[in-house]
Amino acid sequence: MNITSAQYKRCDLVKMVGRIDSDTAQGLKETFKTITEAGRFKIAFDMSEVDFMSSIGVWVLLDTQKRCKRYNRGDLVIASVNENIAHTLDLAGLIHFFKIYDTVLEAVGSF
Amino acid sequence: MRTSTFPGRFESLVKISEFVARSVEAAGFDDPAAYCVQLAVEEACSNIINHGYGGEGKGDIKCSCEVTDDELIITLRDWGETSCPTSAPEPNFDVPLENLKLKGAGLILINKIMDEVHFESAPDNGNVLVMVKRR
Repeated sequence: MNITSAQYKRCDLVKMVGRIDSDTAQGLKETFKTITEAGRFKIAFDMSEVDFMSSIGVWVLLDTQKRCKRYNRGDLVIASVNENIAHTLDLAGLIHFFKIYDTVLEAVGSF
Repeated sequence: MRTSTFPGRFESLVKISEFVARSVEAAGFDDPAAYCVQLAVEEACSNIINHGYGGEGKGDIKCSCEVTDDELIITLRDWGETSCPTSAPEPNFDVPLENLKLKGAGLILINKIMDEVHFESAPDNGNVLVMVKRR
Protein backbone atom coordinates (compact mmCIF):
# COMPACT_ATOMS: atom_id res chain seq x y z
CA MET A 1 0.00 0.00 0.00
CA ASN A 2 1.29 3.41 -0.94
CA ILE A 3 -0.63 6.60 -0.16
CA THR A 4 0.66 10.10 -0.85
CA SER A 5 -0.95 13.47 -0.39
CA ALA A 6 -0.01 17.00 -1.36
CA GLN A 7 -1.56 20.34 -0.54
CA TYR A 8 -2.08 22.67 -3.48
CA LYS A 9 -3.52 26.16 -3.71
CA ARG A 10 -6.95 25.02 -4.87
CA CYS A 11 -7.24 21.62 -3.23
CA ASP A 12 -5.46 18.64 -1.70
CA LEU A 13 -4.44 15.79 -4.00
CA VAL A 14 -4.40 12.27 -2.62
CA LYS A 15 -2.99 9.33 -4.55
CA MET A 16 -3.11 5.65 -3.68
CA VAL A 17 -1.36 2.77 -5.42
CA GLY A 18 -2.63 -0.82 -5.36
CA ARG A 19 -5.74 -2.31 -3.76
CA ILE A 20 -8.27 -0.62 -1.51
CA ASP A 21 -9.70 -3.42 0.59
CA SER A 22 -10.35 -4.26 4.24
CA ASP A 23 -6.61 -4.60 4.77
CA THR A 24 -5.64 -1.20 3.33
CA ALA A 25 -8.70 1.07 3.64
CA GLN A 26 -7.83 2.28 7.13
CA GLY A 27 -4.69 4.02 5.89
CA LEU A 28 -6.68 5.85 3.24
CA LYS A 29 -9.33 6.82 5.78
CA GLU A 30 -6.67 8.32 8.05
CA THR A 31 -5.14 10.27 5.16
CA PHE A 32 -8.48 11.87 4.28
CA LYS A 33 -9.25 12.48 7.96
CA THR A 34 -5.96 14.32 8.48
CA ILE A 35 -6.90 16.69 5.64
CA THR A 36 -10.49 17.35 6.74
CA GLU A 37 -9.54 17.76 10.40
CA ALA A 38 -7.13 20.47 9.26
CA GLY A 39 -10.16 22.29 7.86
CA ARG A 40 -9.57 21.51 4.17
CA PHE A 41 -12.52 20.01 2.32
CA LYS A 42 -11.60 20.28 -1.38
CA ILE A 43 -9.92 17.01 -2.27
CA ALA A 44 -9.02 15.32 -5.56
CA PHE A 45 -8.35 11.58 -5.35
CA ASP A 46 -6.06 10.17 -8.04
CA MET A 47 -7.10 6.55 -8.66
CA SER A 48 -4.99 5.99 -11.76
CA GLU A 49 -2.94 3.30 -10.01
CA VAL A 50 -5.71 1.73 -7.93
CA ASP A 51 -6.54 -1.61 -9.53
CA PHE A 52 -9.13 -2.91 -7.04
CA MET A 53 -11.61 -1.35 -4.62
CA SER A 54 -14.06 -3.25 -2.43
CA SER A 55 -17.08 -1.75 -0.65
CA ILE A 56 -14.99 -0.78 2.39
CA GLY A 57 -13.08 1.56 0.08
CA VAL A 58 -16.33 2.97 -1.25
CA TRP A 59 -17.42 3.67 2.31
CA VAL A 60 -14.17 5.52 3.04
CA LEU A 61 -14.84 7.73 0.02
CA LEU A 62 -18.48 8.29 0.96
CA ASP A 63 -17.66 9.05 4.59
CA THR A 64 -15.10 11.60 3.41
CA GLN A 65 -17.55 12.99 0.87
CA LYS A 66 -20.11 13.53 3.65
CA ARG A 67 -17.60 15.61 5.61
CA CYS A 68 -16.49 17.55 2.54
CA LYS A 69 -19.97 18.45 1.33
CA ARG A 70 -21.38 19.45 4.72
CA TYR A 71 -22.30 23.16 4.68
CA ASN A 72 -21.32 23.21 0.98
CA ARG A 73 -17.72 23.67 2.07
CA GLY A 74 -16.09 21.36 -0.45
CA ASP A 75 -16.10 18.22 -2.53
CA LEU A 76 -14.20 14.96 -2.97
CA VAL A 77 -13.70 14.39 -6.69
CA ILE A 78 -12.18 11.34 -8.32
CA ALA A 79 -9.67 11.23 -11.17
CA SER A 80 -8.63 8.44 -13.55
CA VAL A 81 -10.70 5.64 -12.04
CA ASN A 82 -10.36 2.39 -13.97
CA GLU A 83 -13.35 0.99 -15.83
CA ASN A 84 -13.85 -2.05 -13.62
CA ILE A 85 -14.01 0.05 -10.46
CA ALA A 86 -16.32 2.61 -12.08
CA HIS A 87 -18.56 -0.24 -13.26
CA THR A 88 -18.88 -1.72 -9.78
CA LEU A 89 -19.53 1.73 -8.24
CA ASP A 90 -22.34 2.05 -10.77
CA LEU A 91 -23.55 -1.49 -10.03
CA ALA A 92 -23.81 -0.67 -6.32
CA GLY A 93 -25.79 2.48 -7.16
CA LEU A 94 -23.22 4.78 -5.56
CA ILE A 95 -21.40 6.40 -8.46
CA HIS A 96 -23.67 9.46 -8.53
CA PHE A 97 -22.27 10.70 -5.22
CA PHE A 98 -19.00 11.61 -6.95
CA LYS A 99 -17.79 13.78 -9.80
CA ILE A 100 -15.40 11.71 -11.87
CA TYR A 101 -12.77 13.23 -14.17
CA ASP A 102 -10.60 11.55 -16.80
CA THR A 103 -7.39 13.19 -15.62
CA VAL A 104 -5.88 14.55 -12.42
CA LEU A 105 -5.45 17.91 -14.13
CA GLU A 106 -9.19 18.15 -14.81
CA ALA A 107 -10.01 17.04 -11.26
CA VAL A 108 -7.73 19.62 -9.66
CA GLY A 109 -8.91 22.22 -12.15
CA SER A 110 -12.53 21.65 -11.13
CA PHE A 111 -11.96 23.57 -7.89
CA MET B 1 -12.10 -28.74 -8.20
CA ARG B 2 -9.43 -26.73 -6.38
CA THR B 3 -9.62 -26.13 -2.64
CA SER B 4 -7.48 -24.14 -0.23
CA THR B 5 -7.86 -22.93 3.34
CA PHE B 6 -6.88 -19.44 4.44
CA PRO B 7 -6.65 -17.78 7.88
CA GLY B 8 -9.60 -15.46 8.45
CA ARG B 9 -7.52 -12.31 8.32
CA PHE B 10 -7.72 -9.28 6.03
CA GLU B 11 -4.20 -9.95 4.77
CA SER B 12 -5.58 -13.24 3.35
CA LEU B 13 -7.87 -11.35 0.98
CA VAL B 14 -5.16 -10.87 -1.66
CA LYS B 15 -4.23 -14.56 -1.49
CA ILE B 16 -7.88 -15.66 -1.77
CA SER B 17 -8.31 -13.29 -4.71
CA GLU B 18 -5.26 -14.77 -6.44
CA PHE B 19 -6.51 -18.30 -5.74
CA VAL B 20 -9.91 -17.50 -7.26
CA ALA B 21 -8.29 -15.64 -10.18
CA ARG B 22 -6.71 -18.84 -11.47
CA SER B 23 -10.11 -20.53 -11.76
CA VAL B 24 -11.68 -17.39 -13.19
CA GLU B 25 -9.01 -17.43 -15.88
CA ALA B 26 -9.53 -21.15 -16.52
CA ALA B 27 -13.27 -20.50 -16.89
CA GLY B 28 -12.48 -18.00 -19.65
CA PHE B 29 -14.24 -14.91 -18.28
CA ASP B 30 -13.35 -11.56 -19.84
CA ASP B 31 -11.59 -8.92 -17.74
CA PRO B 32 -14.68 -7.04 -16.43
CA ALA B 33 -16.41 -10.28 -15.42
CA ALA B 34 -13.22 -11.61 -13.83
CA TYR B 35 -12.86 -8.43 -11.78
CA CYS B 36 -16.48 -8.64 -10.64
CA VAL B 37 -16.20 -12.26 -9.53
CA GLN B 38 -13.08 -11.50 -7.50
CA LEU B 39 -14.88 -8.52 -5.96
CA ALA B 40 -17.86 -10.70 -4.96
CA VAL B 41 -15.52 -13.21 -3.29
CA GLU B 42 -13.70 -10.38 -1.52
CA GLU B 43 -17.00 -8.97 -0.21
CA ALA B 44 -18.12 -12.40 0.99
CA CYS B 45 -14.82 -13.09 2.76
CA SER B 46 -14.80 -9.66 4.44
CA ASN B 47 -18.35 -10.40 5.60
CA ILE B 48 -17.20 -13.71 7.09
CA ILE B 49 -14.30 -12.08 8.95
CA ASN B 50 -16.28 -9.06 10.17
CA HIS B 51 -19.64 -10.62 10.96
CA GLY B 52 -19.17 -14.41 11.01
CA TYR B 53 -16.03 -14.45 13.12
CA GLY B 54 -16.45 -10.98 14.63
CA GLY B 55 -12.90 -9.97 13.75
CA GLU B 56 -9.58 -11.18 12.45
CA GLY B 57 -7.77 -14.32 13.54
CA LYS B 58 -10.81 -16.17 14.91
CA GLY B 59 -11.02 -18.96 12.31
CA ASP B 60 -10.36 -20.13 8.77
CA ILE B 61 -12.03 -19.65 5.41
CA LYS B 62 -12.05 -22.66 3.11
CA CYS B 63 -12.40 -21.71 -0.54
CA SER B 64 -13.24 -24.13 -3.36
CA CYS B 65 -13.49 -23.32 -7.05
CA GLU B 66 -15.02 -25.62 -9.65
CA VAL B 67 -15.12 -24.88 -13.36
CA THR B 68 -17.79 -26.74 -15.31
CA ASP B 69 -18.78 -26.54 -18.97
CA ASP B 70 -20.89 -23.43 -18.50
CA GLU B 71 -20.21 -21.99 -15.05
CA LEU B 72 -17.80 -21.25 -12.25
CA ILE B 73 -18.88 -22.43 -8.79
CA ILE B 74 -17.17 -20.82 -5.79
CA THR B 75 -17.81 -22.26 -2.34
CA LEU B 76 -16.76 -20.51 0.87
CA ARG B 77 -16.94 -22.36 4.17
CA ASP B 78 -16.41 -20.88 7.62
CA TRP B 79 -17.05 -21.89 11.20
CA GLY B 80 -18.13 -18.56 12.66
CA GLU B 81 -21.52 -17.27 13.70
CA THR B 82 -24.23 -17.66 11.09
CA SER B 83 -24.32 -14.48 9.07
CA CYS B 84 -26.45 -15.15 6.03
CA PRO B 85 -25.57 -12.69 3.25
CA THR B 86 -28.64 -13.59 1.22
CA SER B 87 -31.31 -12.73 3.79
CA ALA B 88 -30.33 -9.20 4.84
CA PRO B 89 -32.60 -6.46 3.47
CA GLU B 90 -31.20 -4.56 0.52
CA PRO B 91 -30.19 -1.04 1.58
CA ASN B 92 -31.65 2.05 -0.09
CA PHE B 93 -28.96 4.23 -1.62
CA ASP B 94 -31.42 6.48 -3.43
CA VAL B 95 -31.26 9.06 -0.65
CA PRO B 96 -29.44 12.37 -0.10
CA LEU B 97 -25.79 11.92 0.84
CA GLU B 98 -26.31 13.14 4.42
CA ASN B 99 -28.89 10.40 5.00
CA LEU B 100 -26.86 7.62 3.44
CA LYS B 101 -26.20 4.73 5.82
CA LEU B 102 -22.80 3.26 5.25
CA LYS B 103 -23.53 -0.44 5.01
CA GLY B 104 -24.91 -3.07 2.68
CA ALA B 105 -23.01 -2.33 -0.53
CA GLY B 106 -21.07 -5.59 -0.35
CA LEU B 107 -24.29 -7.57 -0.25
CA ILE B 108 -25.69 -5.69 -3.23
CA LEU B 109 -22.53 -6.35 -5.21
CA ILE B 110 -22.53 -10.09 -4.43
CA ASN B 111 -26.15 -10.47 -5.50
CA LYS B 112 -25.78 -8.36 -8.64
CA ILE B 113 -22.53 -9.92 -9.80
CA MET B 114 -23.25 -13.59 -9.24
CA ASP B 115 -25.99 -15.48 -11.07
CA GLU B 116 -26.82 -17.67 -8.07
CA VAL B 117 -26.09 -17.24 -4.36
CA HIS B 118 -26.97 -19.99 -1.86
CA PHE B 119 -26.31 -20.11 1.86
CA GLU B 120 -26.52 -23.08 4.21
CA SER B 121 -25.62 -23.42 7.85
CA ALA B 122 -25.28 -26.62 9.87
CA PRO B 123 -24.23 -26.80 13.56
CA ASP B 124 -21.38 -29.27 12.98
CA ASN B 125 -20.52 -28.33 9.45
CA GLY B 126 -20.12 -24.58 9.53
CA ASN B 127 -21.56 -22.03 7.13
CA VAL B 128 -21.44 -22.66 3.42
CA LEU B 129 -21.87 -19.92 0.83
CA VAL B 130 -22.11 -21.09 -2.78
CA MET B 131 -21.81 -18.51 -5.53
CA VAL B 132 -22.29 -19.36 -9.18
CA LYS B 133 -21.24 -17.31 -12.20
CA ARG B 134 -22.36 -18.48 -15.63
CA ARG B 135 -20.41 -17.75 -18.80
